[in-house]
Parts: sequence; structure tokens; C-alpha cells
Amino acid sequence: MTASNSQPEQLYAAREPIFPKRVSGTFRNLKWVIMIVTLGIYYLTPWIRWDRGPNLPDQAVLVDLAGRRFFFFWIEIWPHEFYFVAGLLIMAGLGLFLFTSALGRVWCGYACPQTVWTDLYILVERWIEGDRNARLRLHRQKKLDVRKVRLRVTKWIAWFLIGLATGGAWVFYFADAPTLLRDLVTLNAHPVAYTTMLILTATTFFFGGFAREQICIYACPWPRIQAAMMDEDTLTVGYRDWRGEPRGKHRKGENADQLGDCIDCMACVNVCPMGIDIRDGQQMECITCALCIDACDDIMAKVGKERGLIDYLALSDEPRERAGGKPRPIWSHVLRPRTMMYTGLWSAVGIALVFALFIRPDIEMTVAPVRNPTFVTLSDGSIRNTYDVRLLNKHGEDRPFRLSVTGHPTLRVQIEGSAYETVDVPADSTQIQRVYVIAPGGADPSLAERTPFRFWVEDISNGDRAYKDTIFNGKAN
Amino acid sequence: MSQQDDDLDFETTGHEWDGIKEYNKPLPRWWLYTFYLTIIWGIGYSIAYPAWPGISGATAGVLGFSTRGEVAADIAAVEEANAAINAKLEATELTQISADADLQDFAQNAGAAVFRTWCAQCHGSGAAGAEGYPNLLDDDWLWGGDIEAIHETVTVGIRNTENDDARYSEMPAFGRDELLEEAQITQVVNYVMSLSGEAQDASLVADGAVVFEENCAACHAEDGTGDRSQGAPNLADAIWLYGGDYDALMDTVNNARFGVMPAWGKRLSEAEIRAVSAYVHGLGGGEVLTD
Repeated sequence: MTASNSQPEQLYAAREPIFPKRVSGTFRNLKWVIMIVTLGIYYLTPWIRWDRGPNLPDQAVLVDLAGRRFFFFWIEIWPHEFYFVAGLLIMAGLGLFLFTSALGRVWCGYACPQTVWTDLYILVERWIEGDRNARLRLHRQKKLDVRKVRLRVTKWIAWFLIGLATGGAWVFYFADAPTLLRDLVTLNAHPVAYTTMLILTATTFFFGGFAREQICIYACPWPRIQAAMMDEDTLTVGYRDWRGEPRGKHRKGENADQLGDCIDCMACVNVCPMGIDIRDGQQMECITCALCIDACDDIMAKVGKERGLIDYLALSDEPRERAGGKPRPIWSHVLRPRTMMYTGLWSAVGIALVFALFIRPDIEMTVAPVRNPTFVTLSDGSIRNTYDVRLLNKHGEDRPFRLSVTGHPTLRVQIEGSAYETVDVPADSTQIQRVYVIAPGGADPSLAERTPFRFWVEDISNGDRAYKDTIFNGKAN
Repeated sequence: MSQQDDDLDFETTGHEWDGIKEYNKPLPRWWLYTFYLTIIWGIGYSIAYPAWPGISGATAGVLGFSTRGEVAADIAAVEEANAAINAKLEATELTQISADADLQDFAQNAGAAVFRTWCAQCHGSGAAGAEGYPNLLDDDWLWGGDIEAIHETVTVGIRNTENDDARYSEMPAFGRDELLEEAQITQVVNYVMSLSGEAQDASLVADGAVVFEENCAACHAEDGTGDRSQGAPNLADAIWLYGGDYDALMDTVNNARFGVMPAWGKRLSEAEIRAVSAYVHGLGGGEVLTD
């Protein structure tokens, strides 16, 4: 197989373990804040209560799969309003486009759950096993002594508990959280809840503890897609090689004038959670977490150089900076037609959704004419059509709905199994009602091929009305 | 063919498209192990489940799984789940089924399934019937349209030989058996047509009335409104089972009709019969039982 290589081919490449070093600075602090906020939202949201009255759940955010409802504070989404979810997903997509075109892989570096949980797992790892050097020593130590076993087991238990909390929090979004917690603890919860928790605990434990950067490199499609949204004005983490090169250690007695600002201290490499060297230029593995910026700024301060050897840069500034000029201000990179177009689209979808939310009615009806058969002749010669009317009551209490028809004076409505024209629809539910419309034998609608008319439904309790236009089939069919 | 590329540090596969070369990089270790794992899984799966095809079938698998077995288990599970409500359906008065929303809902759905399986062949999937097979949607009933009458009809059937209690009546073939003269038949057909509309020949109606009173009124009543106790159709309404025009009526009076319906009492369970009765009763023509 190999012409020039005498070695046997490797079937696989083992992962090179990465031991990110502790770092502090502006971006690290920003990442701590984002971690606390995002994890706080994730873990605490199911516990927020929201009073909706006696017939509806009092959990602020609840995905009720069995009842096919989604509750979000004052908003309640029914299955036929799934376009709200589609709209939110489109907004999420456009939002990612916007942020990627302006700030590169800022989602990956700061907000992606894989990044946030990996960051948390690395923090726990550092608390238990020590910083980079201690962890490296522990990793290289071949002998499995008591200390190594103790540290490893402690770390895994901590990771497992975080994973359990993560999987546990997820299931609370799908059921009443306090009830489910009680059921989970007393082993009375549904097996699906335990299975979901088990799977999410395992994936969190494995992805955050062991797979880490491999998820971003091998599993995630987003890094590939993002390349299409970045251009030369995108701000991304980069190394000013025109300032740093040639790199080298500034030793006492040696003339440092020939060297660039980079002292080749490897601080940027040591803190990188992806295990790359940012000085090699932009690369697929980089999630732009900006920790190398903090690490390098720290070193630059110590050696008395200006900060920003590694920094957020736009490629379009490179020629200007090489020529000794200043980079253009950030806003001139961020504000460009592309980002404004994404912002415009994002806002348009958002405004449309808010508008749709306010105009949607509390009472709805669909009418399905029964066409098997199209009409029935009654013994007195009158003609009857049948309709399956679906009535939606989105209120938290039972409501009486009155049905009526307009469009031709001879048509009258009759409800199966009832002498009245009202239907009681239970709270927060849909009811399918078989409804008849009858035309007397000699009347126009019974003789004509078809007569258009309008079904009305009225909520008797508050006078809300809705209608649907449909057709009456007569004998000429 | 893999080869070392002189310009690059990496080995390539030797493939080249428009100057783009393909690296020959090793797989991640976890990927390779996952791949091996799927092979082991595949072998285990083909032992545990039906897999390898043979001449007359496939290997059965040690777990004894079969899709037919799954279906049988599903059906058994549904029957078990419905056992309680079926028992309730059998214990409830027929007229009280509609008073219980859950029971009514169950009866309507179960009845619809029974209807489509056993009844739709003659009465149509929409229950609109066909010539000779009554329309169950309208308000005209041969043997009664309250739920107890419907239940009885479904249970014993009509004019069949399998149930001794089957609803039974027989119209004489007035023409074929020479019970009436052809002229009398023409007269009575015109009279019957006049009951619900216009006679073909109005001059025959008066004579037809006499023939009707002597030969037909015993079953169809003097005013032609029929008699449900013997399944004699109402001749004065707008609904005709075999057609209401002159030719169809001539055929009916000459040769008579003899519609048969099977008795479902032995073929269906009592719960199924009650469900389909409730379903038919709820199609739009159901009558309220009056004492």
C-alpha cells in the first residue's frame, strides 16, 4: 500500500489528552458570568410557578406532551400553532447567522452547551486534581496508587452528580417539577423519566468528561456550516504574527531587537481547551473561546508590552496593520450590509410572531363536511348535510358554544343527540361535534347543486364569535 | 493507492480531483472501536432476532421474537385494556349509554370499527346504503329506529335461516303468483305513487285505492304509512328502498322483495353489538325510545 512509508499504517489515532491551564482575565470572567446565567436558567426555570387557574398547570415553562400543549408563562401554544415553534427556530437560526457573521464562532466559544458543560467539568477537574501541571503528572504517573484512585474516583463522582442534575433538570420541563421530583425520589416516576435521565446523565458525563473537543471536531456540523457565514470583516480570535514573529525567548545578554513580541512561552497553547496553537492561524478546531487572549495579555503585561498580540481581529485589517496602521474600530466591522440584513430578517420574523400572538383568537372552529354520502334525503323530503365541526376552547374553564348558520334563510342547524344548538366544550380542549344542516324539500338549497353558507360559533359567556364558510350539497349533485 | 505527497507533510490516498488531494489520515480511536462494536452488535442481533433467510423461512432467533407475535400481543393488550369498559357497556341499559360521555365515546368509536368491518359491505362505508340495502343515516326505519330496536335487528337479523327469532315478513308476489290482475297492479302502483307525489296516470288512482285497501292495507296500513312490527315500509314518505318510480314499483308488486340480513348475535360479542347499535343510532336518524 504505502510506497514511501515502511511503517505499517495506523488504523486509528488515539486522542491526545488536553490539560487546559487555569487562566484569568476579561474573557474568562465573561465566560464565568455566561456559565452562571445559562446554567442558572437551565436548572431553575422548571421551578418557576405561574398561576393559570384551577384547570391548567401552574408551571411557568412546561412541555405537556400527553396533553399536546406548550406553556410559556402567559403564552399557551396548541399543536396547530406549531408555527410559533417553527418561527422561533428560524429566529434562532438567523440569530446564529448574525452572530457568526459579526463575531465568528462566538456561539461555540461562549454559549454552546457542549462548551459550557465542558468548562464546568474542567473546573471540577482542576478543583480535585489540581492545575495543568499536577494533572499532567497524574496522567503520566503509571502506578495506580491510592492517591490516583482517590482523585479519579472523586472526580468521576462529581462529574456524575453534575450529569445527574443535568438529566434530572431536563425531565422537569415535561411534567410538574415538584410532583415529579417526589415521584423520582420515591421511585414512583414513569420509566420514561428514568430512562431519559439515565441517557442524559450518561451523555453529559461522557461528552463533558471525556469526549470534550472531539464533539466539536468530529460530531458537530455547525463548525463546517459557519465557514460559509464568515468573511474578511468577521471578528475572530487571531494572532498578530506581523507583531509577534520571529518569536523567541528574550534571554539576558542576548540582543532581543531581532525578535518579535512573542516570547514563545506557550501560555496560549496551555490554556486552549481545543489543544491547538492559535499562532498557526485560523483553524477548524478553534471555537473562539478567547482564553488565549487572556493568557497572552497576562504575559504581555508581565514583559511590559502592549496587550493584544492575540486578539479579536478582522482579516480585512491585516494589510493596514502590517503597514503600521491602526485597526478600524469594531463597529465598522460589525455594521455591514450582511449583518444588517440578518438583523432585519430576524426582527421581521420576531415582529410577525409577536403580532400573530396578539391576534390569535381564544375560540376557533374547523368544519369538515361529511361527503360519504354528500346528502341524505329524509322521509319528509327535506335534504340533510352532515358536518364534523371541531370546536376549540382555549380558556381555563368549560364554555358553552352556540352554533348557527347564515347564508340562506331556509337552512337550519341541528346537533346530533341534542335538542339544543349549544355544545359544552370542556376547559382547554377540543371537541368534535357531529352537526346537521337541513333544508326543506322544496327550498332552493335542497334542489340546487350546492349552496355556500357560513357556520358561526359563539361563546355564550362572553360573546366571542368565529366563523367558517362551507357548502351545502343539494339534490342536483 | 496511498502515497507520500512531496509538497505536504501528510500521506494522501492518491486520489485527486481538479488538483484537490485527499489526505489519508487515521480514524479517531473511539470511532474505530465504535465500528467494531457495531459489528459485534450485528452478530449478536442476528442470533437474538430472526435474521438469516433459508429455503422455507428464516432463522427464528433465540429471543423468539416475531412481528405476528407482537401484533397478537398488542391485540391482547388492547382487549385487556378495554375489558372493563366493555363489561360496563354490557351492563348498562341501552338507552343510558349516551348519558355516560366516556361510554358513549367508546361505543361510537368501537361501533364505527365494527360497522366498517362487518356492515359496510352492504350498507356502505358511510352507512348510506344502496338499492335494497337501507340507508341508516335517514329517519326512516323498517323495523324501528330506537336503540333497542336497532340492537334487536343486529342481534337476530332479518329473514335469515340462522336465527329462529329473526325478524320475518314476506310480501306476496302479486303478479308472479297471479294474485292480482295486471290491470289491478297498474292501478295500485299509481295509487302508491300518489301517496308521496304524483301518479303516472291520475285516472287510475281511485281504482288503485280500492285494490290497496283490499290487498295491501293489512300490512302497509290504510294510509300507506306502513307497520314496523312486520317491517312493512312506509309508502307515503320520500324514501324508497328499491326505487319509487313506476317501473321499480311494478317490479316490486309483481315479484315482491325479500331482503335478508344475517344474525350477528353469534358472530359478534354482546359488547360489539351494543357498540355498533349505539353507532348506528348516532348517525342522524336515531329515535328516542318512547314507552
